[in-house]
Amino acid sequence: MATALRAPDAPLDPSPAGEAWRAFRRNRAALGALAVLVALVAAALLGKLLTEWWPVFDPAVVRLPDKLLPPLAAARPDRIPAADLPAFGLYLLGTDELGRDVFARMLQGSFVSLSIGLLAVGISVAIGVAVGGLAGYYRSWVDTLLMRLTDVMLCFPTFFLILTVVALLPPSIYNIMLVIGVTSWMGTARFVRAEFLSLREQDFVVAAQALGLPERRIIFRHMMPNAVAPVLVSATIGVAGAILTESALSFLGFGVQPPFATWGNILADGRSYLFDAPWLFFVPGFAIFVVVLAFNLVGEGLREAWNPRLRGRR
Amino acid sequence: MGTFLARALLQRLLLLVVISVVAHAVIHLAPGEPSAVDPMNPRMKAEDVARIREAFHLNEPLYLQYLYWMRDLLSGELTSFKDGQPVLPKIWERFLNSVPIFLVAVLIEWCLAFPAGIGAAVRRGSVFDRATSFSSYALISFPSFFLAYVVIIWVVVTFDVPVIGMQTFGMEDAAPWYRAMDRVWHLAIPSLLAALGGIAVYSRYVRSQMLDVLAQDYVRTARSKGLAEDDVVYRHALRNALLPFVTMFGLMIPGLVGGSVIVEQIFAWPGLGRLVYDAVLARDFPVILTVNFIGAVLTLAGTLISDVLYAVVDPRIRVQ
Repeated sequence: MATALRAPDAPLDPSPAGEAWRAFRRNRAALGALAVLVALVAAALLGKLLTEWWPVFDPAVVRLPDKLLPPLAAARPDRIPAADLPAFGLYLLGTDELGRDVFARMLQGSFVSLSIGLLAVGISVAIGVAVGGLAGYYRSWVDTLLMRLTDVMLCFPTFFLILTVVALLPPSIYNIMLVIGVTSWMGTARFVRAEFLSLREQDFVVAAQALGLPERRIIFRHMMPNAVAPVLVSATIGVAGAILTESALSFLGFGVQPPFATWGNILADGRSYLFDAPWLFFVPGFAIFVVVLAFNLVGEGLREAWNPRLRGRR
Repeated sequence: MGTFLARALLQRLLLLVVISVVAHAVIHLAPGEPSAVDPMNPRMKAEDVARIREAFHLNEPLYLQYLYWMRDLLSGELTSFKDGQPVLPKIWERFLNSVPIFLVAVLIEWCLAFPAGIGAAVRRGSVFDRATSFSSYALISFPSFFLAYVVIIWVVVTFDVPVIGMQTFGMEDAAPWYRAMDRVWHLAIPSLLAALGGIAVYSRYVRSQMLDVLAQDYVRTARSKGLAEDDVVYRHALRNALLPFVTMFGLMIPGLVGGSVIVEQIFAWPGLGRLVYDAVLARDFPVILTVNFIGAVLTLAGTLISDVLYAVVDPRIRVQ
């Protein structure tokens, strides 16, 4: 519509963001994935509200007479109290071994899983940008120290480190976010450092220094915006990795503990009922698959859109 | 070259010491001691806990514990907290079990990733390109254990073969041919699952390398000379696109230690991954620390090997 309304000779939005968005829009897989992610965020927020405030969506209601019902089964009002009936009297995605509504649990889990992914990557990006930025801007011994630290961190087998620390720490959502974040910042740090090393030599930075601007301002207002776009792209893919790591930890029994439902632990618990109640396994499995795939496709689409060299590649 | 090697070795040795100190500190400072694994056990009295702490040097200052660990590790006398067995033979035995999965997985990765990546690059934008690109994203988007369960069920139902463990129990007296086939089936499925992520990543990487090279001037020259397209792609372009992969084997070596906890756990495969998993559950510090240490050694050795190989195969890279 917008194109039809614009005067035929009006120039296209020439800013880098406008150009990137046009390149991104041409990539239909990425665009579809973006729609999935928007829907997911909406579902997570809505799910948080519904499961907290509305009793028909309470994921913790136990209804033993209605346990292990298949998806779309109707609740049986003669066997469970009226207050415990699910929305519309229907179990959209079936019930688990305690008669809890899988749909409500998935809604609650979408918020927890998404926030684990986003916060873990937020922590990792924050550390990576700070370490890489400091090393790249100040160079000399700061650089040496921070980059050797990065090398040390790179030498630990990451999943072992996560496993060890998570097993030793008391299990909680926050520890899992923290551990995933603290063990995955090294790539970002190395990238930001390289960007800063080359940005430092460019004229606009030299000019800013010559004007006597405070270092804080040079780093955050002048250099950071130039280095951060590719970092955000790889962060998108990082969220996908964090969600998968959480589910792997749940599988090993170190994940988020009950009563919190995450997609990872619904899936991990569902494997005991693989034959009796396959929906307990396949619903969270495919939900994780779709969301992680969406994050990966959006990340790849953004990478191509932001990098003019890659644009002609498809 | 000699001084380069010497300096690289020295740097890595220093790094290794720092890594071992950090790992030791992290493990020992985190809450949860070996003596506190079973706090509800009424038979564990205060004096028992004290005796355990005494026996494992847990009551000594941290730097002394580190020195004890290093002394025992280097003299080969390190014993497990859990069962008092020497650690190094234990790790070696599990390591030997992990090697076949690793090697077969690498083989599968390369046999599938290279044709897929090359084909996608040569026919850029074709259905094949888009299909491989989408399926490589799909492969890395499945939770690995979810996919493993689905594959196990499918294989067991379709081919009617047992796949859990290293071999079928009670097959010891069968004919050699049957025993060999049994081992192959037990090895194939976990290796395939361990390889899936790698296939996806490498095929994307091969594709982008190939695209880079195919856009070079010398490829255009080769084409304008009138060479057959196959000659251009496989003789001129492919050789240069493969350069980074020569070095990649070095970077894959650490995967021997870190890569397979989930797969080994699912398939009840007695490899290194499960050893560490059990050691973590039992707070068996010597085993955790030693495997971690070996992992760091392998990582550093891997980067060194890949640096050296890169200098050897690519004359444009001159080692300063």
